[in-house]
Amino acid sequence: MNKTALLEVRGLSYRYPRRGVVLDAVDFSLHNGERVALTGANGAGKTTLFHLLMGLKKAKQGEILAFGETRSEESDFVEVRGKVGFLFQDPDDQLFCPTVIEDVAFGPLNLGKSRDEAMAIASKTLESLGMAGFEERVTHQLSGGEKRMITLASVLAMEPEVLLLDEPSNALDTRARERLLTTLQNLPQAMIIISHDDSFLEQLATRWVRLQDANIVDYQTSLSAIPA
Amino acid sequence: MPQNLEHSGTSWKGQQLKHHRSVIDILDPRVRVAAAMLFSFAVVLSHNFAVLIFGLLLALLVAGLAKLNVKRTLRRVIAMDMFMIFLVIMLPFTTPGREMFSVFGFGASIEGLLHACKIALKANAVVLALLALVGTMGATTLGHAMAHLKVPEKLVHLLMFTVRYLDVIGQEYKRMRRAMQARAFVLRSNMHTWRSVGYLVGMLLVHSLERSERIMAAMKCRGYQGKLYLLDNMEILRHDYYFMVLSGVCLTILVGLNFY
Repeated sequence: MNKTALLEVRGLSYRYPRRGVVLDAVDFSLHNGERVALTGANGAGKTTLFHLLMGLKKAKQGEILAFGETRSEESDFVEVRGKVGFLFQDPDDQLFCPTVIEDVAFGPLNLGKSRDEAMAIASKTLESLGMAGFEERVTHQLSGGEKRMITLASVLAMEPEVLLLDEPSNALDTRARERLLTTLQNLPQAMIIISHDDSFLEQLATRWVRLQDANIVDYQTSLSAIPA
Repeated sequence: MPQNLEHSGTSWKGQQLKHHRSVIDILDPRVRVAAAMLFSFAVVLSHNFAVLIFGLLLALLVAGLAKLNVKRTLRRVIAMDMFMIFLVIMLPFTTPGREMFSVFGFGASIEGLLHACKIALKANAVVLALLALVGTMGATTLGHAMAHLKVPEKLVHLLMFTVRYLDVIGQEYKRMRRAMQARAFVLRSNMHTWRSVGYLVGMLLVHSLERSERIMAAMKCRGYQGKLYLLDNMEILRHDYYFMVLSGVCLTILVGLNFY
């Protein structure tokens, strides 16, 4: 296992003007090979933490380290975004291109790949997720489960080292959920998964943390040990 | 809704309409957009009846080539002509010149009538040409063609995002509207209705704004730095050159007639 953490935050604080403090001097790190379940009540600040890690919001205090380097400016995060894949809660936020293939190729193109390379990567990624044949489909006409798989493909096409998944199993039916679960289990990346779906997390996570009272606390993995 | 925008071969109610493939469809979108634009300029800037009639005939010819559905096209053209009718009625009375007749002491001038006819001719010619050349391609294709033609990126993005998210916002509207109905809301003409509809529209704006922020964030996460890459392969083929030459000749005649 790699000694330095992939992602690390030290004393991270964030507060919203009206919602008040959601993160108060949080310490957390993600190491290679880990699949961390991040739970917590609605509005506890789970998504906020992801946004801070991606540099979409600016921390009020504290330090964010990604891949061994301190990141604070927008320009620092451009590199982070190439290496960390963020799966948004609502697939419609992520799928903005008219067709599937364009959407999946969007990331690779931004990373400076040529058109042909990007198309090849996109097709390969779709195929690896069992979504071959969806290339020319129109994004807004997909089903919820299909949208989820395509957004995952569009994130994986960037070949990230870390995945941040924000309620990936949300609003999926049993089959789509199973399919997503199997896919995620077979991915090599370290990941943090926000979810309220405990049995989903149970089959995926290697470590459990909970965001409570603006702090991250570890807790044990067995389903029965989960605090209410 | 975007399906409707995707191709004008979809009616307002959303059902697919028959569209026969035509010679116009095989032309490169860029060529079609450019031709429609040049034609519009040539017609709008002309002040000669011969030119305008020739322009309208040309537009009719192209519309015929594009195999536009007669009924549907007529409906669209008439919708625009509704505006024109007012112009034709009003202009003779407001333009000074030789009097034809008078109504309640207001004189109608021949110059005004001629001017109104010219405007009506121009509008019809341009709309027909647009329906035939641009209306037969999808909104996305149009966006890409515009981008290739070096239309400012921001405008192209605006078009593309409208196409993509109109449906999402429409769904959001319907969801909220249904939620209102589920709580026994009925449109009446009273303060409560106006306030509620105001809330609905306001909330729709807030939701759209928040969504746009999330989309921006999602794009940034995938390395977006202000540039969209186009994946389509637009190629000018031999028949495009033929079309260019042909429309070049027609445009020259059109412009040339002005000085004749």
